[in-house]
Amino acid sequence: MSEELLSVKNVSISFTQYVQGLNQHELKVISDLSLDVKKGEVVAILGSSGSGKSLLAHAILGILPENGTCEGDICYKNEVLTQQKKEAIRGKEICLIPQSVNFLDPLMKVKEQAIGDVKGEEREEALRKQREIFSKYGLAEEVDDLYPFELSGGMARKVLLSTALLSNPELVVADEPTPGLDEKSVKETIMDIKNLKEEGKGVLLITHDINVALEIADRIAIFYSGFVIEINKTENFADTGKLLHPYTKSLIEALPRNGFKLTEGVQPLEEVPGCVYYDNCPIKSDFCKENRPNLIKCGDAMIRCHNYDKEVK
Amino acid sequence: MNNRTKKFIRNKAIHFILLMLAVAIFSFILLELSPIDPVNAYLKQAVISPEQRLILEQYWGVNQPLTTKIWGWLSNLLQGNLGNSLIYRVPVIDVIYERFMASFVLMALSWVISGIIGFGLGIVAGKNKGGWIDKLVKLYCYVLQSAPSFWIGLVILIIFSVELGWFPIGMSVAIGTLSSDATIWQWLARLVLPTLTLSLVGVAPIAMYTRNELVNVLSSDYILFARARGESGWPLIERQALRNTLLPALTLQFQNFAELFGGAVLVEQVFSYPGIGQTAVAAGLQSDVTLLLGIVLISAVFVFVGNTLADVMYYFVDPRIRENESFDKN
Repeated sequence: MSEELLSVKNVSISFTQYVQGLNQHELKVISDLSLDVKKGEVVAILGSSGSGKSLLAHAILGILPENGTCEGDICYKNEVLTQQKKEAIRGKEICLIPQSVNFLDPLMKVKEQAIGDVKGEEREEALRKQREIFSKYGLAEEVDDLYPFELSGGMARKVLLSTALLSNPELVVADEPTPGLDEKSVKETIMDIKNLKEEGKGVLLITHDINVALEIADRIAIFYSGFVIEINKTENFADTGKLLHPYTKSLIEALPRNGFKLTEGVQPLEEVPGCVYYDNCPIKSDFCKENRPNLIKCGDAMIRCHNYDKEVK
Repeated sequence: MNNRTKKFIRNKAIHFILLMLAVAIFSFILLELSPIDPVNAYLKQAVISPEQRLILEQYWGVNQPLTTKIWGWLSNLLQGNLGNSLIYRVPVIDVIYERFMASFVLMALSWVISGIIGFGLGIVAGKNKGGWIDKLVKLYCYVLQSAPSFWIGLVILIIFSVELGWFPIGMSVAIGTLSSDATIWQWLARLVLPTLTLSLVGVAPIAMYTRNELVNVLSSDYILFARARGESGWPLIERQALRNTLLPALTLQFQNFAELFGGAVLVEQVFSYPGIGQTAVAAGLQSDVTLLLGIVLISAVFVFVGNTLADVMYYFVDPRIRENESFDKN
């Protein structure tokens, strides 16, 4: 395996909220998340919409809101990223591909946004680079002077992509790059991300679209109620027998092509002392109710389930 | 001039005519319903015989039906005749012209000063949200927003004129001097305090609004993306947030034309500044119906101009509006 780019170790992200007057409430959105992305690899985090996956992207780039706290270590090239370090390399070595045109300033021409805050000779150089990458993604010269609201959906996606890639980053964090796009644009996005991988970049893909994840990712991390419960190779997802966690299995079995088999139950909203999947799990034991499983290695995969923990058994 | 501009001007013109018509008719009806009796206002409690009174009533047309009165008022208005002022004994238009110019200088200065300072304070406060600067600006705004402007005027008068003696207490020229003899400096000295008062009061809404807008803009997705691309600090605000904050702030400032007018009425009264506001109060108190109606009309024009300027400004600053109008064209 090739060189490790990003490694996230036991990261928890929580928010301080005020409930009823001055009572503070700690809302945990991501708990004990660990994963890594290597060069030339696409790792997908697959989870339901609105479950807080994007916050991982924000934490990696150091752009969490003020009331958000991030515990645990985020390492880039085996070096722990401090806030200063994040600020130094974001937009250069690590880039974010955001999800929609809302991430562009409505009152600024797209080329100005793409090149960022540069002046003088640097500006000429930046504009040249911007034109180059815009051309690469099939954006005509007229697009440079358009405002975001004048872009079509597909154009906006390309603008966001090329804006993010302008500095030629090594790690790309793509936050929900496909929702709301027509099928052709989704295919193009998939191709574009595959190309990034070919160029040796690492891609962390945050998505709720299982088909997109299956199509481009090398490994998929399943995000459930704030926890990563399984990280497995994408090829194993073709065969539920090779999957480990009961949730992952039922997720795959619920796909139309795999028999549409639905499993009842919802993700817990409140923090639970034991396994988050306890209520819906078919293979649970009493032990799972009170004891939280850790993410452990199981062959090439990672799994958060007591059934695979030899010590527990 | 392209089609869009023509259409804009045409719509605005129709809008303006309808507005003036409505204001003219309704303010006339309101005054008609008020207890003001033009004959009494003219006589000022002088004793006359009923016969003389009848002649006066006929002269003023007191007993004509309302429709005839309105028609008379409108047809005179169309010829540019606003009538004569009862208290000044000169044509209303002359009074308004002279007084409005004095007020205009006062209002324009305060408008610009409060706009610039308010926007600046709002930006500084919004950028340092939660910090001591923010708290200070907020405190200032809440105090100024809650205090009536005439009270602020009185406080300023007490501090700068009575205690410190830096500025004259009131009037546009010193008592005993003809206004034509007053030097520009004398006149300016009397402009300072009313302008200061109106500006201080005007800063509060625009600063609070700008602050909130900036806070919203800073938590928007596009600022997030800009930060993710490595932009930060003041350049980020200058490049991405300022224009997005300026647009709504401009609208508010232009809409404040109406409030400015209201504020000027009170402040001019406090400082005995001979502007349109003071004249409006005098006209109201002394039942000068023609002058009052004239002032109502001129203030409607003033507010209309303010809003129209905001529209035009938006058109130039916001690319989205320019584009939307090109869709309308078809």
